[in-house]
Amino acid sequence: MLKVEGLTKTYRSAGNALTVLRDVSFDLPAGSTVAVVGPSGSGKTTLLGLCAGLDRPTHGSVTVAGESIGGMDEDARALVRNAHVGFVFQNFQLIPTLTALENVLVPVELAGDATREDEARALLARVGLGERCDHYPVQLSGGEQQRVALARAFINRPKILFCDEPTGNLDGETAAAMVDLVFGLNREHGTTLVLVTHDLELARRCQRIIRLKGGAVASDEATTVE
Amino acid sequence: MTFILKMAWRDSRASRRRLVLVSLSVVLGIAALVGIGSFADNLKLTVEQQSRALLGADLVIQAPRAKFTDEAEAYFKSLGGERSSELSLGSMVSFPTRGNQRRLVQIRALEGGFPFYGDLVTEPAGAMAKLGTGDYALLEETLLIQFGVQAGDEVMIGQKTLKVAGALKKIPGESAAVAMFAPRVYISSAAMEATGLLKSKTFITHREYFRLPPARDPDAIVKDMKEKFRKQRWRYSTVEERKRDLGQSLKDVFSFISLVGFVALFLGAVGVASAMHVYIRQKIATVAVLRCLGASARTSFAVYLVQGAGVGIVGAILGAVLGVTVQVVLPVVMKDLMPFTVHFFVSWPAVGKGALAGLVICLLFTLLPLLAIRRVSPLLAIRSALGETPAADPLRLGLFFAIAAAILGFAVWQTGHWATGLGFTLAMAVGFATLAGVALLVSWAARRFVPRKTLSYAWRQGLANLHRPNNRTVLLLLSLGLGTFLMLTLVLTRQTLVSKMLGIGDGARPNLMFFDIQDDQAARLAAIMKENGAPLLVEAPIVTMRLSGLKGRSAEDLLKDEKSGVAAWTLRREYRSTYRTELSDTEKVTEGKFIGRVAPGEARVPVSIEAGLAKDLQVKLDDTLTFDVQGVPLNGYVASIREVEWQRMQPNFFVVFPAGVLEAAPKTFVAAVRAASPAESARLQQAVAREFPGISAIDLSLLLQTVMGILEKVAFVVTFMAAFTVMTGIIVLAGAVLTGRFQRIRETVLLRTLGATRRQLRQIQLVEYAVLGILAAVTGGGLAVAGNALLAKYLFKTAVVWSPGVLLVAVLASVAITLVTGLVANRGIVDHPPLEVLRQET
Repeated sequence: MLKVEGLTKTYRSAGNALTVLRDVSFDLPAGSTVAVVGPSGSGKTTLLGLCAGLDRPTHGSVTVAGESIGGMDEDARALVRNAHVGFVFQNFQLIPTLTALENVLVPVELAGDATREDEARALLARVGLGERCDHYPVQLSGGEQQRVALARAFINRPKILFCDEPTGNLDGETAAAMVDLVFGLNREHGTTLVLVTHDLELARRCQRIIRLKGGAVASDEATTVE
Repeated sequence: MTFILKMAWRDSRASRRRLVLVSLSVVLGIAALVGIGSFADNLKLTVEQQSRALLGADLVIQAPRAKFTDEAEAYFKSLGGERSSELSLGSMVSFPTRGNQRRLVQIRALEGGFPFYGDLVTEPAGAMAKLGTGDYALLEETLLIQFGVQAGDEVMIGQKTLKVAGALKKIPGESAAVAMFAPRVYISSAAMEATGLLKSKTFITHREYFRLPPARDPDAIVKDMKEKFRKQRWRYSTVEERKRDLGQSLKDVFSFISLVGFVALFLGAVGVASAMHVYIRQKIATVAVLRCLGASARTSFAVYLVQGAGVGIVGAILGAVLGVTVQVVLPVVMKDLMPFTVHFFVSWPAVGKGALAGLVICLLFTLLPLLAIRRVSPLLAIRSALGETPAADPLRLGLFFAIAAAILGFAVWQTGHWATGLGFTLAMAVGFATLAGVALLVSWAARRFVPRKTLSYAWRQGLANLHRPNNRTVLLLLSLGLGTFLMLTLVLTRQTLVSKMLGIGDGARPNLMFFDIQDDQAARLAAIMKENGAPLLVEAPIVTMRLSGLKGRSAEDLLKDEKSGVAAWTLRREYRSTYRTELSDTEKVTEGKFIGRVAPGEARVPVSIEAGLAKDLQVKLDDTLTFDVQGVPLNGYVASIREVEWQRMQPNFFVVFPAGVLEAAPKTFVAAVRAASPAESARLQQAVAREFPGISAIDLSLLLQTVMGILEKVAFVVTFMAAFTVMTGIIVLAGAVLTGRFQRIRETVLLRTLGATRRQLRQIQLVEYAVLGILAAVTGGGLAVAGNALLAKYLFKTAVVWSPGVLLVAVLASVAITLVTGLVANRGIVDHPPLEVLRQET
C-alpha cells in the first residue's frame, strides 16, 4: 500500500544544505499499522510529509496505493491525496470558518460529490458528535475538534491514514478515547495506518515500529500486539 | 466549480463584514468615476438637445468695430427667416445713488426677437420688455451686487440717466465668464442714441442674429459668405460649431476630473490589496489544510479569487449606487461653470463603464496578494515554517505590468491623448514611489535609530509598530500622504496665482488702468493724476492695425490656404500695438535683439513679436510682415521674439514697434496708476470722469475679485474631487486598522497579561498613530511644496509662495484625522477579555 525506497530529503537555505532524512526504505502492506517514532528533529514529520505527497524527496521514491508519486506535480499529488489519503494532525487543523459537518464534507465536495451529507453525519455520530454537526471549531473542545478531524479523515474512505501526533494536544483520558477511535475506525475500514508519535505506549499498539534517528532508520521491528 | 463557490461562501462567513469594509475602499473611487461619467453623458445629451439654445440663434455674424456693408445687408435680407441686430460698445457707467461709482461695461442695444431659442432670464421676469420705453437699462446681476444697486435705481450711461429695470441672469449664447471684464448692460436703440456714445466711441461692434428657414443650412451660408465677403474679417458662429467647441472643452474638463477621481480609485485599490494581503495571510493555514485534503493549487486560488471578486463586485455595486448620488450633487457643485441647466438622467453605459473600470483595477490589485495562495505548500499543515525560501514569482512581475497597462489604458481612454495618459501614469508612479520610498525609509529608520534606553515603554512600542510585521506605515503614508499632497497643492497653487496677480512685495505696481485716452487728452490726464497724488506709472500709445501680409504672401491668400499652418486668428484679428524705446518689466526677449528706436522713414521696421504669436504665425527672426495701419501699409521684420507675463495685469502687447515710426498714426493711449485704496481709486476715476467722460477705467482689484471668484469655483470643483481621495484615504486607513485588529487584540491581551496598564496601551496606540499622521502630513506637504514649486517655475513662471500657516494647518488636520480614525477603529481593543481572544481563530 505504501512503498518507500531510498528516501532522502535535503533542504537548501542561504547556500547551506541540511539533510534531514537519508536513505529511508520500507514497504507497508494494505491494512497494516505502523508507528514512526524518534526524538525531535529525527525526521519523523519530514518522512510523513514525503509519504503523504506533501513534499518532494531529494532522492528516492514513494508509491501510494500503487501510484508512484515521485514524478507527479503538486496538483497530481493533490488528486492522489484526495482519492487515497486521510490525515489527522496534532493541532487538528479544522477550517475555522466551517461547521463540524462542513469540515467533514470538504474532501468529498472537493472531489465533486455533494451527496454524502448523511454519511458525514453518521461519521460524526460514530465519533460521538452527532449533536454537534453545526458547531464551529471555536465552539468545540480540543478532543472534540480532533474527533471531527478523524471523521473528516475517513469520509473519503482512504486507503491510508496518516496521523501526526494525534494525541499530542489532548489530555490523557481524551487521548485514550481518541486512540481507541483511530484504531477502531482503522479496523472497520481496513485502512493502512501510519502514526507519527513520541508516545511509545501508543506506538506499541501498532503492528510495526520504525525508529528514526538523525534522519535515518535506526530500527524497524514488529511489535508483539496484533 | 460548485466546491469553489460553496467553499468561498462558507469560508467568508466569519469575515463578511470585514470584506464589505475592504470593498468600501474602492467605493468612493468608483462613485467618482460613475458620477462624473454619467454627468458628462447628461451634459453631452443636453448640449445635443439644447444646442440651438447654446447660441440662441441658428447663425450669428459679428463685425468687430465696423458696420456691415450694404452688400452684406442685401445678402442678409436674401436669407429669409427672422433677424435681430445688436450694437455694442465699451463705456463707463456710473451710479448717482451710489456716490457716482463707476465701472467699465459693455453697452448693448438689441433690436428684434433674439434669443430665438432658449430663455433669457431676468429678475424680475419680463424686465427686458421694459427697455422698449427707452427709460430703462437691464444690468448684469454681478453689477447690481457689486454696487448694491436695485431695480428702480438710477444708472448714468454717457449723457443719459436711465432707470435700472432689473438683473440679467442668463442670456443664451454666452456664459457669465464673457462678462468678467466688462459686465453687460442692455438698453434700447433709442436710449443708445440718447447716450451720445455712438458719436464719441469709435469701437462699435455689430452683431446679427438669424433664425433661418428650416431648409437653410447655417454652415453652408457661412462657407458661402466667407467666399463672397473674403475681405471682411467677420466672425461667424453656428450651432454645429458651438456644439463642437463646447463638446471639446467639456471633454477636457471631464477627463481632468476623471483622472482626479481615478487617483481615489487607485488609492482604494492599494487599500484593498493591503487588506487582502493581511486577510490571505490569516488564511494560509486553511489553504494548507485544503491542499492536504486534495485541493489543487488552482482550486484553492479560485476559492479566494471568488472572494476577491466578491469584494470588487460589492465595491462596484455600492460605488455605482453612490456614483448616481454624486451625479445628483455634481450639477450643484459645477453650476457656475456650466453655460446651461443640465437634464438629469442616469447614463447606464457610464455607470457600467465606471463600475467595470473600478472592478478591473480592484481585481488586478487583489490578485497581488492572492497569487501567494498558489504557492502555499500543504506541508504548512504539519510544519509551522518551511526550511526553504520560495523563488520569485514571475506572475507577480507580470501583474505589475498589467496594473501599469490598466492605468495607462484608462488615462489614455479618458484623455484621448497618449502623451497625457503616459504623463499621468508616470506622475502616479513617481508620487506613489516617493511616498512608498519615504515609508520604507521611515520603517527602516524606526528599526535602526530609535534609542532604546532613553525612551519610555509607550514610545518604544509605538515607534516599533512602525517597522514590525503587519505595520501600516506604507499604506498610511500612501493614503494620507496622497490626500494631503492633492489638497495642499491646490491651496498653494491658488495662493501662488493670487500673489502673482496681486504682485505681493511690489506695492508700487499699478492697479488702476485708464484707456480710450485720445491723443489730445494724454497730457492733461497726466496732469490730473499728478495733482491728485497718483502720477502715471505706465503710459502706452495704442495704434490699431491689421496684418495684411506675411513672408511675401497676402493674408487673404494665407487664409484660403488650409495647409499654410498659420493660425487663422492671427490673420483676422485687429492688432492693438504700441511703440516704445525699451521693454517693460513684464517682458523678456528670448530671441534676437529688441530695437527701441529707428530713424523716420525706415523701409523695413524692426518689430518685436510675442512668443506665442510668433509660433501661431510660424515666423522666425528676420521674416517679413506687412501691417495695414488704418489704410497705410507698413513693412516690418521680426527683430526679436518676447515672452510676456500676461497674468500680470498691465498693458501688454502682441506686437511692439520701435519709436520713430508710428507717432503720426491715429492712436489712443492706455495709462495706469497706483491707487492706495478703493476709495482713492473711486476718487481718481471721478476726477478723470469730470473732465473726460469718454475715458474708461478698470480697477484691477475689482477685476481680481472677479477672477478670484472664478478661481474659487474651479478650486471648489477640484477640492470636491480631491475630497474623494481624502475620504478614501480615511476608509483605507480604517480598513487597515480593522484588518489588523485581531492581531492587535492578541498583542494587547498578551501585554495586558504581562502587566501593561490600559493607560500604557492607549499611549502606545497614540504614539504610533501620531507619528504616522505627522509623517504622512509632512511627506504629503513636502510633495505639495515641491509640486507647487515646479508648477510655479515651469507653468506659471512666477516666484513660489511659502505659506507656513497653511502647511501647519494641513499637518495638524492630517494628524488629527489619523489619530481619530486609528483610535476609533481600535476602540475596545484594550477591553477584550484574554480568554475570548486566545480561543478565537480568526
